[in-house]
Amino acid sequence: MSDVILKIKRQDGPNSRPYWEEFKVPVAPKANVISLLLEIQRNPVNLQGKPTTPVIWDCNCLEEVCGACSMVINGVARQACAALVDTLSKPIVLQPLSKFPLVRDLMVDRQKMFENLKKIKAWVPIDGTYYMGPGPKVAPSVQDERYLISCCMTCGCCMEACPYVNPKSNYMGPTCMAQVKLFNAHPTGAMYKDERLDAIAGDGGIADCGNAQNCERVCPKEIPLVSIIAELNRETAFRGFNRWLKGKPKGPGLAAPG
Amino acid sequence: MSQKYHYLARRLHSFTGIFPVGIFLCVHLCINSFIFKGPEAYDWAIGLLERSPLTPYIEVGLIGIPILYHALYGVWVTYISKTNIFQYKYFRNWMFYLQRFTAIVTFLFVFWHIYVLRIARIFTGTEMDFATIAAWLSDPTIYIIYIIGYLAAVFHFCNGIWSFLISWGITIGSEAQNFVMCVCTLIFIALGVVGIAGLTLLSKAVVLIR
Ligand code: HEM
Ligand code: HEM
Ligand code: FES
Repeated sequence: MSDVILKIKRQDGPNSRPYWEEFKVPVAPKANVISLLLEIQRNPVNLQGKPTTPVIWDCNCLEEVCGACSMVINGVARQACAALVDTLSKPIVLQPLSKFPLVRDLMVDRQKMFENLKKIKAWVPIDGTYYMGPGPKVAPSVQDERYLISCCMTCGCCMEACPYVNPKSNYMGPTCMAQVKLFNAHPTGAMYKDERLDAIAGDGGIADCGNAQNCERVCPKEIPLVSIIAELNRETAFRGFNRWLKGKPKGPGLAAPG
Repeated sequence: MSQKYHYLARRLHSFTGIFPVGIFLCVHLCINSFIFKGPEAYDWAIGLLERSPLTPYIEVGLIGIPILYHALYGVWVTYISKTNIFQYKYFRNWMFYLQRFTAIVTFLFVFWHIYVLRIARIFTGTEMDFATIAAWLSDPTIYIIYIIGYLAAVFHFCNGIWSFLISWGITIGSEAQNFVMCVCTLIFIALGVVGIAGLTLLSKAVVLIR
């Protein structure tokens, strides 16, 4: 067991002043950052030897599939449960994600992402009053593409690294763009294709992307966000031209208001 | 409604970067390249735009308004971005930052440039020809400012081509994007070398004539 120094940016509540606190924590071989935080919880004493409040953080699955433990580790957004202490430069600096409302210490509220997913109808419409039979078949090549995107755990790393996700801009972020592609590529999900394209052609939509391409670099699931955004750039442009050139479709108005 | 116009406004900004502002820049540089054929050829070339009966319409409609729109909206777009190049030190993130940095340099340069060489002329009535420009550029400070402003504008244009092709969903895969990046780099080097050579020639010309 060796010791490691942790430097943590703390904040007691959403409106309190942030401050830095250092801890010296014993590490077991192959430990991750979560186990260091657990160690502080067990023995909340800072580097100066003063007792303090335990550091608060969020986590759930501990195997990089839920996204809850995202934080800024040594300057880069990633999952604490997948950050192995042996691979990190020391002292280890922990900060909460800065693009989401802070709850306390390292815990943030990622609700805004889920609200955005509602705006783009990130689901397959199957609710009805009768059984609609089995869903249509999906080609394996489409399955491959969709599988990768379906790994998204709304962890928020892409949002954290994006220069256009910030208080001055409404940008929904790359997460939403990936989900538009995921559900538009599904035969039943495609029923909302145009609604989704219109949603990302609106305020805070895809046009806010400035091609910094950080999102793909930090994505823990290696989702090809850059190509997805470029492809949706094409689709929104075509949709826009078409809508204007063709005019509004006429009919009795069966479609739900977009 | 505002939703619809947000997308349109941003895409129009992207579009004006190439059509017509980028195209104008290319034409402008072609005209200026006549410096390599000597003073008479240069005077003839920059006189082309002045002699056309369509000039006022071209200057306002195809140059002035699009540049103003692209520039003002571009300053806004730069203002609302939050740079993080020291945290995420990726190549593309740096290029993203440089695109905005050169935007501001180009902004200052281009409007000063247009004022001095085009707008001031309306008041003073100075003839715009080889002699005037060469005298102007023989001042080392002006010469250095021109080199910096010119390189910034050309960098912004070349990296802008790369970015434009993604913003319109033309280059989607990373191979295509990287290929375009190589082409844009070559264009930047070529325009950079030719431009510096031309400016140097202009700045030394006064001495040569004397
Ligand atoms: C190599 C560097 C450059 C040189 C030597 C140069 C030279 C000139 C000259 C001599 C004029 C006045 C003559 C005319 O009206 O055609 C002019 C005008 C102008 N230049 Fe440049 N220029 C350079 C770079 C640029 C750049 C990078 C831009 C940015 C797009 C630019 C934009 C303009 C504009 C908009 C005008 C006014 C054109 C008009 O309304 O007639 N120039 N330039
Ligand atoms: C005069 C001041 C200028 C400012 C403030 C400015 C600002 C900007 C900004 C901030 C961007 C990035 C937009 C984004 O990523 O969404 C941009 C893109 C671009 N600019 Fe400019 N610009 C200026 C002049 C020019 C000139 C003179 C040209 C052409 C010669 C040009 C061509 C482009 C192109 C092609 C793009 C790429 C569009 C895209 O990413 O879709 N700009 N400009
Ligand atoms: S705890 Fe679920 S991703 Fe880390």
